Amino acid sequence: MTLEEVLRIIEGRVVSRNVDLASTVAMACGADLMSDVLAFTHAGTLLLTGLTNPQVIRTAEMAGIKAIVFVRGKHPPRETLTLAEEKGIPLLATRYTLYEACGRLYSAGLPSCGVFNLLQDDWPDMGAAPSPGNS
Amino acid sequence: MADSAKEEQAVSAGRPPVTKSQELVYELKIGEIMTRDPVVVGPECLMSELKEILRIRRISGVPVLDKGALVGIISIEDLIVALAQGDTSARVGEKMTRQVQTVFADESVIQAVTKFARYGYGRLPVVDRSGRLVGIVTQGDIVRGLLRQLDVQWQEEEIHRYRASHIFEDIESDQTGLVLRYKVAARDFVRGGEASSKLKKALERLGGEPQLVRRVAVAAYEAETNLIIHTDAGGDLIAEVQPDRIRVVALDTGPGIPDVEMALRPGFSTAPDWIRELGFGAGMGLNNIKTCADEMRLESRVGVGTRLEAVFYLPGKREGKKEAV
Repeated sequence: MTLEEVLRIIEGRVVSRNVDLASTVAMACGADLMSDVLAFTHAGTLLLTGLTNPQVIRTAEMAGIKAIVFVRGKHPPRETLTLAEEKGIPLLATRYTLYEACGRLYSAGLPSCGVFNLLQDDWPDMGAAPSPGNS
Repeated sequence: MADSAKEEQAVSAGRPPVTKSQELVYELKIGEIMTRDPVVVGPECLMSELKEILRIRRISGVPVLDKGALVGIISIEDLIVALAQGDTSARVGEKMTRQVQTVFADESVIQAVTKFARYGYGRLPVVDRSGRLVGIVTQGDIVRGLLRQLDVQWQEEEIHRYRASHIFEDIESDQTGLVLRYKVAARDFVRGGEASSKLKKALERLGGEPQLVRRVAVAAYEAETNLIIHTDAGGDLIAEVQPDRIRVVALDTGPGIPDVEMALRPGFSTAPDWIRELGFGAGMGLNNIKTCADEMRLESRVGVGTRLEAVFYLPGKREGKKEAV
């Protein structure tokens, strides 16, 4: 999906300079936790996030994130813009929430970064769990 | 054969294998493979003149333009019908097909492939978004375009492989290694990530395979973040590049981790709130490093310091099995 299509779908606008709207993203990820972005994305991903600090750009650089959408109408601070322009990572913004912006893009056919297994340590064994009725 | 094994693997995983040429059919734009400035005729052109044009230019069909606008297409089949009827003095405008199927120059080649399959035409006029004729595409153009692109990518791959594999062959020693050392300051989140950024750039310059570079960069960034968040006096981020592996070491002088096993548990974190507000400190860092690396070792002593080591084998150079300690 081209960034131009992304912009149209999220009714967004470009916030950084020298953005090539014809460049494409293959999948998208919505996250406010940068470790998750580092762990669960692939090169060529579009990142949607509510965070606007420069570490978002660093994370994008390391993970090979193609472009970033700031949600809920947030505008990034100067140092974030400068770093993004230096690294050639396009920044977009939308008025929609993270949930709705992701939902719009997903409905329009932009896929996610995949499905992940439940971490066994963190989830109760459903077979052994008591039924909802007896508590 | 390796190919059939790969295919079997893909089929058993429940999805058909995608070949490079299939990928290219989606990536390449029609504008990149079409024939530009195609031969055109006007509707007033005689069928006998058309015959000469097709014969001399060795083509099998041409778009018909009237005052710059695409009004039809005429092919060798139309000409044969006219010849059979002895109708060579007819005008192209009377014999042409008026319902022209066109494709856009900025569409993927797959659009043209689909139309060829659906309509059985030999050629499709290519127009820009304002409807202006900019070229013509035949199935031959598609084959040539794909082969050319495969050639280009193969050459890039060759150059890439050469650079990656020869950097260390050109330098002779019993053990060659390139050591990159970066100082990381504690609590300096503004500059956080600079070391990993420089390391990533260096590995790219050395011709590192992109997937490997990404794994190293992600692990280095998590390690660098840990040095910034958790150490008293910062530390060193060291990358040692060897012919068969890349070793990333994060070294600090304290405070040290009281319970290493606990620290490795996903979701365990001692990070303060201000770090969490920056999108870090969720206790996933060491796990991320472990996932990215082929081997990881974490040693720590309270009051002395911590040493984290992550090893990444170059593709095809990995000897031992993956083990995470």
